[in-house]
Amino acid sequence: MDLFFQLTLAGLAIGSIYACVALAVVMIYQATDHFNFAQGEMAMFSTFICWTFLGLGLPVWVAAVLAIGTSFIAGLIIERVIIKPVENAPVLNQIIVFIGLLMIFNNVAGWIWEFTIKPFPSLFPDDFGFKSELIGPHHMGVIALTLTVLLLIFLFFRFTRVGLAMRAAAANPDSARLVGISVGWMLALGWGLAAAVGAVGGILVAPIVYLEPNMMSGVLLYAFAGALLGGVSSPGGAVLGGLIVGVLENWLGQYVPGGSELKLTFALILIVGVLLFKPAGLFGRVVIKRV
Amino acid sequence: MAFLEVKGLKAFYRQIEAIHGLDFSLEEGSITTILGANGAGKTTTLRAICRMIRTEGEIRFDGQDVTGMATEKVVQLGIAHVPEGRGTFVRQSVEENLQLGAYTRKSKTEIAADIERVYDYFPRLRERQKQQAGTLSGGEQQMLAIGRALMLRPRLMLLDEPSFGLAPLIVQEIYGIMRRIRESEGTTMLLVEQNANIALNLADHAYLLETGNVVMSGESQVIRDDENVRRSYLGY
Repeated sequence: MDLFFQLTLAGLAIGSIYACVALAVVMIYQATDHFNFAQGEMAMFSTFICWTFLGLGLPVWVAAVLAIGTSFIAGLIIERVIIKPVENAPVLNQIIVFIGLLMIFNNVAGWIWEFTIKPFPSLFPDDFGFKSELIGPHHMGVIALTLTVLLLIFLFFRFTRVGLAMRAAAANPDSARLVGISVGWMLALGWGLAAAVGAVGGILVAPIVYLEPNMMSGVLLYAFAGALLGGVSSPGGAVLGGLIVGVLENWLGQYVPGGSELKLTFALILIVGVLLFKPAGLFGRVVIKRV
Repeated sequence: MAFLEVKGLKAFYRQIEAIHGLDFSLEEGSITTILGANGAGKTTTLRAICRMIRTEGEIRFDGQDVTGMATEKVVQLGIAHVPEGRGTFVRQSVEENLQLGAYTRKSKTEIAADIERVYDYFPRLRERQKQQAGTLSGGEQQMLAIGRALMLRPRLMLLDEPSFGLAPLIVQEIYGIMRRIRESEGTTMLLVEQNANIALNLADHAYLLETGNVVMSGESQVIRDDENVRRSYLGY
């Protein structure tokens, strides 16, 4: 029974990282109707920036906060400089821009920091003052920190003036302009926030998967699976979806013979399955578009 | 100079010219209506003032040229637009819709007081304040759209067919409230309508639009008594 709880808690920890990336993906999806395929690579790049700050001798928390801040500004700039010009371009052009960003970030990271695998320190101490047989200190810290971050984001969107304006701009840009909201800046802010949340995910997953330019490819796939499972129209759903995928992944690896080899396949099966049988996801709305 | 002065206004949807050199003006504190059939260019005129489409010609609001401005800047000048189709933020609550209307304002206490004021005009919105706006009836959404515009404390209100798609009793109710708003706030309004009868009852001045041109203008009373207008627009 202990093994089951261990697996579940570790699954929740990794799932909360998927949840961060899934939320970043959904935030941008809500505003643009597209998946940002580069979300994972942006998070990887943020983690490398954090690593660079660490190399300068900064304490790990300072480096993390600076890297997250840098990511926020970078996300904002990416929207203004690269995404805004293709805002009204055909869907295919936009998707190509996203894929282009993915490859650029991947290659530039390899060029600057090399493709060798690097160990990355945990933000959390080895000992919180108490030990648990069921969950390690890093996983414990991951769950606590991601839940805090997700809660703060929820409060921001739910209760602040700018949060409300961002929701309004994503849902109904014309009406948003008519009440005086600068829709373009709200979209840029959304990209900044998504990049920052993604960075949190990257920094938390790096101690587990090690730091290298391809470290997010698996994570992004699970995050997509989580976002789709929860429902791309529902930020809360995407977070729950990420958690569910993390737990299922761990159970699969332990209880299904050969399951540990099939983890990525499982994510893809989940993606295809949701798209085929429940495109709106578990918590999403069915979106009807007038054409 | 008039409060709103429009000269030689042309507006375009892509390459197609939808209005062809419109001239009109309105005075502060007045209610002016633009009447016309479907496709006459009424909505386009309002969208032009709010810089939602490409235009040529002059639009001056309180002496200021607005043609180079972004929509959100025009709103900051105090022009509130109640758009065609009401522009409801359907997933937000009634109260959030009203808060969005006050987005450009700062004082929280004033905003809270104005929300109460809107609820006083539209008691039905108070009953539904926590409800998702998309679940409201058409009439309630129209009330919400007007309430949202009031939240700007507008100097000029643009209203695009507030009667559209509503039952006659609801239309009466909404126009009654608009009259009260005019009496107690003195808000300047530019009202676009297909329902000429009810618009002429409320407005001081009227312009008649046909396929992108003004064909007649004057005091509402005079327009209403005109033989031709009566036959083609009022139907009696």
